[in-house]
Amino acid sequence: MRPTLTIERCQLGSESFVNNETILSVKGLKTEFVLDEGTAKAVDGVSFKVDRGQVVGIVGESGCGKSVTIKSIMGIIQKPGKIVEGRIFFRLKQNEELVDLRSYDSRGEEMRNIRGNDIALIPQEPMAALSPVHTIGNQLVEAIRLHRNISKKEAEKVAVERMRQVGMPSPEERMSVYSWQLSGGLRQRVMIAMALMCNPRLLIADEPTTAIDVTTQAQVLSLLRELQSAQELAMIFITHDLGVVAQIADYVVVMYLGKVVEKGPVDDIFHSPGHPYTKALLASIPTIHTPAREELPTIGGSLPHPFNRPMGCPFHPRCAAFIPGTCDKIPPTLTKISSQHSVSCFLHSENLVDTQ
Amino acid sequence: MTDNSRSNEQLLLLEVKGLTKFFPIRSKGLRRKVIGQARAVDDVSFNIFEGETLGLVGESGCGKTTTARCIVRALDPTSGEILFSHSDRETVDIAALSDREMFPLRRDVQMIFQDPYASLNPRMNILDIIGESLLVIGGMKDRTKRSKRVAELLKLVGLRPEYMQRFPHAFSGGQRQRIVIARALALKPRLVVADEPVSALDVSVQAQVLNLMLKLQQELNLTYLFVAHDLSVVKHFCDRVAVMYLGKIVELALTTSLFEGPMHPYTKALMGAVPEADPRRKAAMVPLIGEVPSPVSPPSGCHFHPRCPHVTELCKTTMPALEEIRLGQFVRCHRAAELAAG
Repeated sequence: MRPTLTIERCQLGSESFVNNETILSVKGLKTEFVLDEGTAKAVDGVSFKVDRGQVVGIVGESGCGKSVTIKSIMGIIQKPGKIVEGRIFFRLKQNEELVDLRSYDSRGEEMRNIRGNDIALIPQEPMAALSPVHTIGNQLVEAIRLHRNISKKEAEKVAVERMRQVGMPSPEERMSVYSWQLSGGLRQRVMIAMALMCNPRLLIADEPTTAIDVTTQAQVLSLLRELQSAQELAMIFITHDLGVVAQIADYVVVMYLGKVVEKGPVDDIFHSPGHPYTKALLASIPTIHTPAREELPTIGGSLPHPFNRPMGCPFHPRCAAFIPGTCDKIPPTLTKISSQHSVSCFLHSENLVDTQ
Repeated sequence: MTDNSRSNEQLLLLEVKGLTKFFPIRSKGLRRKVIGQARAVDDVSFNIFEGETLGLVGESGCGKTTTARCIVRALDPTSGEILFSHSDRETVDIAALSDREMFPLRRDVQMIFQDPYASLNPRMNILDIIGESLLVIGGMKDRTKRSKRVAELLKLVGLRPEYMQRFPHAFSGGQRQRIVIARALALKPRLVVADEPVSALDVSVQAQVLNLMLKLQQELNLTYLFVAHDLSVVKHFCDRVAVMYLGKIVELALTTSLFEGPMHPYTKALMGAVPEADPRRKAAMVPLIGEVPSPVSPPSGCHFHPRCPHVTELCKTTMPALEEIRLGQFVRCHRAAELAAG
């Protein structure tokens, strides 16, 4: 018997409960990289869930563990990285129970069937993800024929259909083109088409617009939003750009040094942020509305080295609201400040005395 | 003080006139015949006054970096003039100088690069990296003198002087960019060309570096040419902005007038495409159709016409001139005045 998760069991004492619409539920995920120099806790107790038709944005600066989180979900963490704790519950079929992906061998057949078929990835650099010696058509056909037992002809038909869906001009002709003959925006469209080939239940986009220009970015974002809402896809969108996340996500998870410091609906995160890190991050970006040529508020200091994370709250050495004796001693826990909005900070923890 | 003397006070530091840079495209095979030209920068003109910051914005391939590289003479321009006011108030044409004649000018024109991971030699320590230009161009042979100056520079950019024996790998991205800035300022330049100085940095560090550059400008009376693709950074940082599209300036205006009333359809589209960090402002995103054409065979007439929502027959045949439509706002569009009125 594979460990599964029923809704009743999950509601007991769990802070993000699962409902019938939940596609993915990550619980207490910890991924570490054991190196000679020490152990880097890349992901240190991350929990969140994604529902059908929901876009969850994961934001954070480089090194906060956002990419390692999704690699852990897909089971593509490379050595010396290792998932040491936590559960990754995924619903393979509607009306079935959630299964723990960690119980599968990450190189085994079941997991290989899930990757690309049920969970699809849109990578950051389309040029690095596409083969330069195979045509676009071949690569799209390969993606579907790995998972479905269909003829090449049928697969080609699906490929042309998907290319049309992602707004590729003259899709039939583009089937025989190589990746290097396309522009950056079109390449990213090919990647989206490839991710959609098998009608995935969960789409993971890892900084899909970071390498492209703003006007193309606007095209790709509106395409993703269109496809996502039309097919009610569950989507995880990883980015460091707060503007992008504000535009595409329904729910936002803010990460800092491998931990979730705040999560909540997009409007709450941007209009009533609770964590000092989220506040500082939002204040530090110049927008079209900030007064020009004035000093921007900054976050002092820099990211600590992954081998020596600070004690207590990971953000305390850079925090403006640092409480001596508390923040540097005890790690805060995620506390609800409204039904869907939680913050990991002592400023919001009523049971401050109890933990001491 | 009369108006006349005030305008004299604002010294014209750099005047770029008709700057053009074509890259030849050669055929395969032995003869490598030139079969075409990529018009990276095509007849670009602008001025920079002393103490001001001019922003150069546009998408990748629009020629902004090529323009910057021509000004520091990392590239040789195909044609055009780059008139620079020398320290002794003489004007020289950078575009016409030989490498040897350019050498003394290197002191006055310095560059800050985009990627601080690529622009610092990993095998040199910070003292040598910053001290190199002091030695080579500044002729400061005495090592103790040099390290004293490097210590000053490190303090100036907010780093501890004790760090100067360390190597670049020991520093974070933001700290590296501070080192790059210190190196650019070592010889007290008059013009600093900054090519996307913050786009490789994390948001929280971006603000620190921008603040530092603003502070240094006030303290040292620096002049910046600021190349960027991020409009909100440009809005925050620059006095005037030039928007480039396919090798040409399409709009040039004071930052405030440009952001309050963009007049070229491309500028408008570019501003609309910036995702705002506010989920309540979703409707603002209007994606531009199509993609930037190749600079090898730019469209006839106005280069923007295949993507422009206001295109007319005239746009398809004739390239509009860069005209002053509003006071201080230059626009390259046949219909700018008409669109602004209605």
